[in-house]
Amino acid sequence: MIPRTRKARVTAVLGGAALLATALAGCSSGSSNSSSSSSVSGPVTIKLLAGGNDPVSIATANAYVKGFHAANPKITVTVETRPGGTDGDNLIKTRLATGNMDDVFLYNSGSLFQALDPDKTLTPLTNEPWVKNVSKDFKSVVSTPNGVYGAPVGTTFGGGVMYNKKVYAQLGLKIPTTWNEFIANSEKIKAAGKVAVLQTYGDTWTSQLFVLGSFADISAVDPKWASEYTANNPNAKYSKEPALDGFIHTAQVHQLGLMNKDFASLTNANGLKELATGEAVQYPMIGVVIGNVLQTNPKQVNDIGMFPLPAASAADTRLTIWEPGGAYIPKTTTGDKLIAAKKFVAWLNSPAGCAIQNKTGLPAGPYAITQCKVPSSAPAIAADTQKYIDEGKSGLALEFISPIKGPNLEKILIQVGSGISTAAQGAALYDNDVKKQAQQLGLKGWS
Amino acid sequence: MTANTTSAVKPAAAFTRTGGAPSARRKMKSFYPSWFFLPAMVLYVVFFAVPTFASFYFSLTRWSLFNIQFIGFANFVEFFQDPQLVNGFIHTFEYGFVTSAVKVVLGLLFALLLTGPVIGRGYLRAVIFFPVLVSTIGVGIMWKNLLDPFHGMVNAVLGFFHLGQPGWFTDPKLALMTIAGVDIWKGVGIATLIFMAGIVAIPQDYYEAARLDGSGSWQIFRSITLPLVRPAMGTVIILSLIGGLRSFDIIWATTGGGPGFTSDVIASVIYKEYQAGFYGLSTAGNVILFLVVTVIMVPISAFLNRREVDL
Repeated sequence: MIPRTRKARVTAVLGGAALLATALAGCSSGSSNSSSSSSVSGPVTIKLLAGGNDPVSIATANAYVKGFHAANPKITVTVETRPGGTDGDNLIKTRLATGNMDDVFLYNSGSLFQALDPDKTLTPLTNEPWVKNVSKDFKSVVSTPNGVYGAPVGTTFGGGVMYNKKVYAQLGLKIPTTWNEFIANSEKIKAAGKVAVLQTYGDTWTSQLFVLGSFADISAVDPKWASEYTANNPNAKYSKEPALDGFIHTAQVHQLGLMNKDFASLTNANGLKELATGEAVQYPMIGVVIGNVLQTNPKQVNDIGMFPLPAASAADTRLTIWEPGGAYIPKTTTGDKLIAAKKFVAWLNSPAGCAIQNKTGLPAGPYAITQCKVPSSAPAIAADTQKYIDEGKSGLALEFISPIKGPNLEKILIQVGSGISTAAQGAALYDNDVKKQAQQLGLKGWS
Repeated sequence: MTANTTSAVKPAAAFTRTGGAPSARRKMKSFYPSWFFLPAMVLYVVFFAVPTFASFYFSLTRWSLFNIQFIGFANFVEFFQDPQLVNGFIHTFEYGFVTSAVKVVLGLLFALLLTGPVIGRGYLRAVIFFPVLVSTIGVGIMWKNLLDPFHGMVNAVLGFFHLGQPGWFTDPKLALMTIAGVDIWKGVGIATLIFMAGIVAIPQDYYEAARLDGSGSWQIFRSITLPLVRPAMGTVIILSLIGGLRSFDIIWATTGGGPGFTSDVIASVIYKEYQAGFYGLSTAGNVILFLVVTVIMVPISAFLNRREVDL
């Protein structure tokens, strides 16, 4: 054996112990320094967690930070990015639970916001001056009974059928108001040699529109459906009408061969290109993706419009509306940083902040706060969305009325939409997924 | 002399089994004072033992990071009732056994080829081993593009010869086996390497004696190479089976378990439950994965060990 001195052994042990101590120290939370004056005393740096890591999210976050620093030279904001989708949900929950959240973060409103346990993790913004200008709908989706926690970032937008207006005009088609008319239109489009119903399972989340985007129709048939669904009423289930329709429709467009051939691998971005050029004509989608069309096909942005996913009867056809995401401040931000963070959140909906939202975010519908206005240069889809809202033919998406959204819906609908399982099987599977989520949230009546 | 497979995350245990010569086993007395092990022990307890036992507790709870509620075995019941999870189980075994079996067969064939007199042997050995060195995620993304049903190179070539153009990763019937194929492509290099080491270690005297007795090639392979390469085969089986049963990264990089749930395995289901915020349920899944891998691997490992001693 190699001879070793006693000194070397001691060093090794101490080295190991020191390593361990540093590793453990990394786990403890940072120092907290609470003071409650109304303006920052010296230069402050705060961190902003962007709404994703896609080009639009990053560009918007950087534009906010630059604009804000110009108006408040004492406060510097640095940007961090995060993944979107379920990976992002997980990251946000973990950082909140471990006390490591950035001073301001951008995240969804509605059911995803409720899953963050806001009363324990977020700073209430109820008494901020801008709160009175926020729409009632938006306020309800960033609040708990104890307070308001978020400021709107971006516009509301519709979820329905994005369609190519030029091709609709060429083929002499009318906007369908019933599901049967939609199918009849689709058959004509298919006969004209174009893709009637575009599906893009290459991005799994896009499979959900027939179900999520028709929720306003369900609310029109049964206004109490959402509250009964939240309370585990056996009649308000996806395996029963009227909610089953969304699953049946997903299966039907596949059975009738109305979908594009490459539905299983096509991505959202490439699908939007086909829609913009008119290769594909109808795409069940949320309007907010119009920002991507601006990037790839800027000349065709105004060729794309939106109509609601039609219900069985025209009287029940409504456009489903999504509320914008919010800007939130975690409880762990205190002192000067809290003052700076509140200033930043308020600034997002100032005239300068609205200008950035209009330029980089591209409005797809009306704003949820009166300070920001949709410019006349907004894409056509924003006007279509506004029209249904003005006519009273709109309703909120389920995720803003109920805290429960099963995490596996997108995969289940891919199974239904590719013919792997039937609509009834998929709906039953999703009901069970909903049950798991409700139990996880600790809701009454589900255990 | 049971194999040390206490943890699913340590396939290296299988290596030490074949690596340890009998003479080293004889004497268990340590050269070092026991306090010398203290740093390693502390690290092991803090980062391995404590989390392992904590996970047994958390698997019995409904846990949202913010709240925790004890619910007994409900997570395990849920895990076995959910059709998607049961499918994940079946897929895991299909995937594990197919990749393991093909790696053994192909690995042995390649090893025979590459220990024999072939032109460019060194080059060929390197080529077979290269995929092992590439990041799994990189391999997954590369094959996802090569096998894209409409824009991929493989289907373009097939189309040129007027052959069928299957949706490799998008056809629910093909997806899982396509991933298994990619996994084999990536992992067969390790199997080949281990078999080559095993074959080279067989003393030449046996072959010479067999040839003098007039044995044919097939007889030599059956009666000399195959029995004497068995220790290597045991290592390959154990490594590739453990790897297959807990494989995740390549599936996540290619299909994400899709289309739908058709290529989901236990590991990807656990990851999705975790992503969805079902922390208790996904911990229960990990406990199940741990138990399943242990239950399968301990007897296999013991069996292969015994054969090794018999030789």
